[in-house]
Amino acid sequence: MTDRALSVVRAGALTTVQDLGRPGHAHLGVPRSGALDGPAAALVNRLVGNAPEAAVLETTLNGCALRPRSTVIVAVGGAPCHVTVDGRPVAWGAPVRVPAGALLDVGTAVSGVRAYVAVSGGIAVEPVLGSRSTDLLSGLGPPPLTDGTVLPLGRSTWLHARVDAAPQPAPPAELVLRVTPGPRDDWFTPAAVRAFTSRAYRVSAASNRIGLRTEGPALERAITRELPSEGVVLGSVQVPPDGRPVVFLADHPTTGGYPVIAVVRAADLPAAAQAVPGTPVRFVAVRRR
Amino acid sequence: MRALPVGDDALLVEVASGEEAQALHTELLRRRGEGSLSVREIVPAARTVLLDGLADPARLAAELTTAEVPPAPPRARDVVELPVRYDGPDLADVAAHWGVAPREVARIHADTEFSVAFCGFAPGFGYLTGLPPRYDVPRRATPRTAVPAGAVALAGPYTGVYPRSSPGGWQLIGTTDSVLWDHTRVPAALLSPGTRVRFVPVGSAPMGSATVGNS
Repeated sequence: MTDRALSVVRAGALTTVQDLGRPGHAHLGVPRSGALDGPAAALVNRLVGNAPEAAVLETTLNGCALRPRSTVIVAVGGAPCHVTVDGRPVAWGAPVRVPAGALLDVGTAVSGVRAYVAVSGGIAVEPVLGSRSTDLLSGLGPPPLTDGTVLPLGRSTWLHARVDAAPQPAPPAELVLRVTPGPRDDWFTPAAVRAFTSRAYRVSAASNRIGLRTEGPALERAITRELPSEGVVLGSVQVPPDGRPVVFLADHPTTGGYPVIAVVRAADLPAAAQAVPGTPVRFVAVRRR
Repeated sequence: MRALPVGDDALLVEVASGEEAQALHTELLRRRGEGSLSVREIVPAARTVLLDGLADPARLAAELTTAEVPPAPPRARDVVELPVRYDGPDLADVAAHWGVAPREVARIHADTEFSVAFCGFAPGFGYLTGLPPRYDVPRRATPRTAVPAGAVALAGPYTGVYPRSSPGGWQLIGTTDSVLWDHTRVPAALLSPGTRVRFVPVGSAPMGSATVGNS
């Protein structure tokens, strides 16, 4: 095997390969997938000189540890965390040289949920339908990392301008999600529609890459018959029978049979990816652009 | 026809029936093919077609509500034949719902020409219509935690084939060895919206993969 590879020494709670995902196949039941915090993934790619479509690693809460077989440049962003190389602290949110055989440790998130690790050359697992992303709903793409996994790396091209450091938004203390109403807000009682945008919710621990689940007032349906399955978009706020809104994230199903009360602005979803369980959530109604 | 705005750049177009949804889907694919419609995703479903990634959804919504959608033309596409053993554990329950003998379920099902109304649930899972409404069946009261890949199943007005092992609440009537989804194949999905399908009964002898024949 080539020495352009990384060994996974500690996979962490859930670490997956992510890129821009595989939009365009929803009519076949294929989720879009891709990095949940897209701007963070794009930034770490820029920091190491990768193209925007290069695959990075997305960790969950407790980071991961990696040993490259050849010297690489890495950058860690997204959720702030301690980063070390062979035990010595190195910069977060900036390019770092990791010598061949050294141990890069991405620590537990100090705040936020998901850290992104870009490696010069990108993670070069075999693409599926044009993307290297792990899709946890449908099982497409590489499985989540396990200890001992060896990941191939692409050739570093240095064609793309590197940056030395860049500001990154702090994970939210309160998650404010701007929503446009519908398409099925009329399936809820007027009281439920008011409660949705006026009452406090919290991020549920049952959240994952498929959806941000919430705890809070149950939303009562005005129309109780079954909704025939219909297509749903990223950011849809679906309300299952328990009445608690679920915000669909990148691995969401392509069709759903529960009514969507509103849709979250795409620009607010990266913050949703970084909101730890218990974070207060407010849904704020905005006008459609 | 009603066009409901979805977020800032999508539309959910709602029609009265599954046939209208298939006709609208065909028309939208035609417009995209000729270059008059620019959209990232066109997702047909039971009574709707979702258009995601539109530059100006409001304009399209206004235009669609007055548009004439021709009925879906007779399909010129090939029929995908799926060899099937009618050996599912819920065959007797389905026979009871239909009020026929179990072997009649197999005959009626195999005599029906299906078409893929839409896909969802899992990559390559098609919702096939074609059975008359009197053969609608409910989902199982308790879903199975694992339905094997290749299971041929019924729920509501639909027939489906599980592309891979997954939990599921549909009534299992048979098994096929056809590979519904293979991401190394082009196309990866054997069934896509509009595909015509026939189930071809086979004995317990080993079966080949799906064949495509003209009809």
